[in-house]
Amino acid sequence: MRKFLPISVSFVFGVLMFALWFEDSESRSMLHFTLIDYWQIIFAFGLLVGVVSFISVASRKISRGEEPFYNGVLIFGALLMPTLAMIDGLQPNSYFQWMFENVQAPMQSSVFALLAFFVASAAFRGFRARNAQSIILLLVALIVIIGRAPMGEFVWGGFDELIQWIRDFPSTSAKRAVLIGIGLGSVTTSLRVIFGVERTYLGER
Amino acid sequence: MDSLITILATIVAGLVTFWTARLIHRGRKYHLREIAGIKALEDAVGRAAEMGRPILYTPGYGGDIQRPTTIASMNILSVVAEKTAEYNCELIYPTHDPIIMATAQEVVRESYSRVGKIDRFNPDNIYYVSSSQFGYAAGVEGEIVRKKPASIFLLGTFEAESLILAESGAAVGAVQIAGTDSTIQLAFFLIACDYTLFGEELFAASGYLSGNEATLASVWAQDIMRILCVSFVALGILSALFFPESSWWKL
Repeated sequence: MRKFLPISVSFVFGVLMFALWFEDSESRSMLHFTLIDYWQIIFAFGLLVGVVSFISVASRKISRGEEPFYNGVLIFGALLMPTLAMIDGLQPNSYFQWMFENVQAPMQSSVFALLAFFVASAAFRGFRARNAQSIILLLVALIVIIGRAPMGEFVWGGFDELIQWIRDFPSTSAKRAVLIGIGLGSVTTSLRVIFGVERTYLGER
Repeated sequence: MDSLITILATIVAGLVTFWTARLIHRGRKYHLREIAGIKALEDAVGRAAEMGRPILYTPGYGGDIQRPTTIASMNILSVVAEKTAEYNCELIYPTHDPIIMATAQEVVRESYSRVGKIDRFNPDNIYYVSSSQFGYAAGVEGEIVRKKPASIFLLGTFEAESLILAESGAAVGAVQIAGTDSTIQLAFFLIACDYTLFGEELFAASGYLSGNEATLASVWAQDIMRILCVSFVALGILSALFFPESSWWKL
């Protein structure tokens, strides 16, 4: 029963969602959105499991003396935001909004900004001319970088056309080849799940 | 017209998969080419055991459990977990999705159980970090910097956090095996990681690792369908070249 139930649910809803794709009626969209609503309800319960696990893992680490300061900050942050929301609500001038705009959003922006440095360090490693392939990569990258820079048009007027050609032909064809492989892999994996052949997500091999 | 093509393509995919499954069941051998990233898997686990450092495995921010890439990643996780149990390594699995967390706990528990090391399974090592993209990225990056894992597996659907994680892994000297279905992030992985599973390789890896008949059949079906796709594209090119007025290939 432990395996039969999830496999049956996968089969029924897999086939149903596939069939719904071909139906174009009001009842179809109603059923489709109802299923999505149910998915969100399941996710909300899942989130609760995630938060409980997050706090209990951090608490156990503190009790074992593992990184107590770091785990303390984690628990404090995880409890502070919902507490503020419960005390003062979520309206524009609430404490919750203030914390979100002045603490959480800047922290997220800072992590995102790290990407600029990581792109530079990755480019430095990737563009090293070690063999014929990396020399081609380096040359193409130089063309695109110089062509996209404001000085590009002063160096040579044909950069725009050349860059567009690189994007439209070699780059797009390589991308499509990878996408065809991904599409085929996704189709066969989905068929395996729908027909109950793929059971790793239940812990089987 | 779109619906008709989708139905036809799905029927063809189903028939090809069914046919390859029957052939393999009758004893027909199918040889899978070696995938460098998968061959390196055992070495990556062995390296962690020798260095006494953990292994970090994360499925990326872009996927949820119904995504085929996440299912393929779970297949590989199952094998990695078996190896870590055999080699007595610590496996850390941070994720952004509580449902993926629960599934991964089940997969890893079963893997430890299969090799008779259930006592070494620690559910606290498979944990939820945050549903915010950069909260997740910062949490996993912090774990990489603090614990300095010997090997890192970045297998799943990644978004902008891919390079943050891959570069942090490279900075601590970890061996990195990556694979994703996002063509944009693949470029970052190719530069920053030691091994990258390209497109369908991520899906084929599960067949390669498990040796399971049905999984092998679906990988073989993938190959046959690719040949059909390429033949269709070639036929379309020839038709457009020699019969410019033809339009059937614009489907």
